[in-house]
Amino acid sequence: MTEESETAAASPPRLAWQVASVVETRQETPRAHTLVLDVPGWRGHRAGQHVDVRLVAEDGYQAQRSYSIASAPENPRIELTIERLDDGEVSPYLCDVLHAGDGVEVRGPIGGYFVWSSRDEGPVFLIAGGSGIVPLMAMLRHRAHAASELRSRSRMHLLYSARTVSDIIYIRELADLSNDGETRVTFTLTREPASSDWKGERRRIDRAMLEAAGWPAKEGSLSYVCGPTPFVEAAANLLVEIGYDASRIRTERFGPTS
Amino acid sequence: MPDQMRLDGNAAAGQLSELFARDVTTAVATCAGCHTAAPLGALAEYGQSMGVVLRCGRCDTVMLRLVRTPHAIHVDATGITVMVVPVS
Amino acid sequence: MADIPFIARGFHSKRPAAPPGRLPPGQYETRDFPVLSAGPTPRTPLDRWDFTIRGGDDTVRWSWQELLALPHETPTVDIHCVTKWSKFDTKWEGISVDTLLNAAEEKGLRKTAFVMARSDGGYTTNLPLADVTGGKAWVVFQFDGGPLDPEHGGPARLLVPHLYFWKSAKWVRGLTLMDRDQPGFWEQLGYHDRGDPWTEQRYQGDP
Repeated sequence: MTEESETAAASPPRLAWQVASVVETRQETPRAHTLVLDVPGWRGHRAGQHVDVRLVAEDGYQAQRSYSIASAPENPRIELTIERLDDGEVSPYLCDVLHAGDGVEVRGPIGGYFVWSSRDEGPVFLIAGGSGIVPLMAMLRHRAHAASELRSRSRMHLLYSARTVSDIIYIRELADLSNDGETRVTFTLTREPASSDWKGERRRIDRAMLEAAGWPAKEGSLSYVCGPTPFVEAAANLLVEIGYDASRIRTERFGPTS
Repeated sequence: MPDQMRLDGNAAAGQLSELFARDVTTAVATCAGCHTAAPLGALAEYGQSMGVVLRCGRCDTVMLRLVRTPHAIHVDATGITVMVVPVS
Repeated sequence: MADIPFIARGFHSKRPAAPPGRLPPGQYETRDFPVLSAGPTPRTPLDRWDFTIRGGDDTVRWSWQELLALPHETPTVDIHCVTKWSKFDTKWEGISVDTLLNAAEEKGLRKTAFVMARSDGGYTTNLPLADVTGGKAWVVFQFDGGPLDPEHGGPARLLVPHLYFWKSAKWVRGLTLMDRDQPGFWEQLGYHDRGDPWTEQRYQGDP
């Protein structure tokens, strides 16, 4: 991971729009697609940051959205995982139309508040609702690259709430992570049919679940909560109720539930 | 009852970076209403497509407003008394 | 470096074509009802709610019940948001602003060239008097046959459909009569003092 250099004048300013190339597209779940992008002059990002994506039609019509970067900073290409909203304007285009070789305008990386670095010591509690897993996955992937000494000082617990098992993004990768001896992964499903053989949790997050999945409040863990707004509010309020320090809870609301 | 229109200050990071030429979501701003200091990224963000409205998480005072017109960026930051921007 | 925008291959607006002449320039029709808000939804209990018209040192006041006792109108109108969506045939019920201004005038509050609409939560918007009189504006409390939802401005909002919808102040609590125009919440930040969608008066300086 290179340091930013004042003399990197050849790279475009990172706050400007740039045309990235789509290298690969990948379907993660029925509703989630990953775009792998090569961004010219990309100088790296921090886990948790996002990019803005802008689409301009021939008649000048424009639409713009923000998408969290799913990939670790150690990856020279960036990956965006996009949840396809049926009546969305941008996500159906990104999921259905874009293919390898296309260009897409991005600006970023953006956001210094909802970020985690493997140099940050201390236990971490990641709480994801639906597509809120995306920036938290960047944090988990970033941590996996760190030296074991750093990793042992920043153990992560993840609580991931999704609708059904087929909606869990990165399920295999998360299952592997949960077997690394250092990372605890708890899944809870809110709409899984009772008939399935799912053995994880089956309900909306509540206090008992957060207490079981997270850290004892006195550990002073850093918490990152991401997902639809009602989910984030519920989780953040529960954490405070449990006794977590509000100043160590970082939230990223994605907006109203679709 | 969750306020569905409220986002986090992080959501305004791109627009604020047009003005400040840097990411200011970790800048700590003191509210002119109640003097609470908080990072911009943690403030309550409203405004949607009209512009950026950042409000104090404690007292709802409007700390910063920003509108991007075709020709200019209009900013009112009178709700911030002091803002401290980290430089690495 | 050329400033030609990058055209996204195969991207186009999903908006259906609207009947010609019905959409102001630069707008698209929506069938849903987007919510925009500059702050948290206020929740004033109706027994504490009032609507006031202020001029100088004088105030004329209506309680919720007193407002509802005034003659109702049921305008059906198209609305146009400066963020480019328009919604056709929206149905409202409320009190004409003419009724309120005339009643205030009978109590000695002279009409002025401009008014400032005031809302719970501190939102304000300025309007020329000519744009809120002559049957062009209402204080509405019903939408689509039911009580106006808080997220859409309930219990009552201003409705001035011939201007961009930021002028239709949600959670309205009154009007202040002004001899000289002064900018409200968004106007202070560059939005137009009048806001006619048919001539695209979106920002200060637009003719």
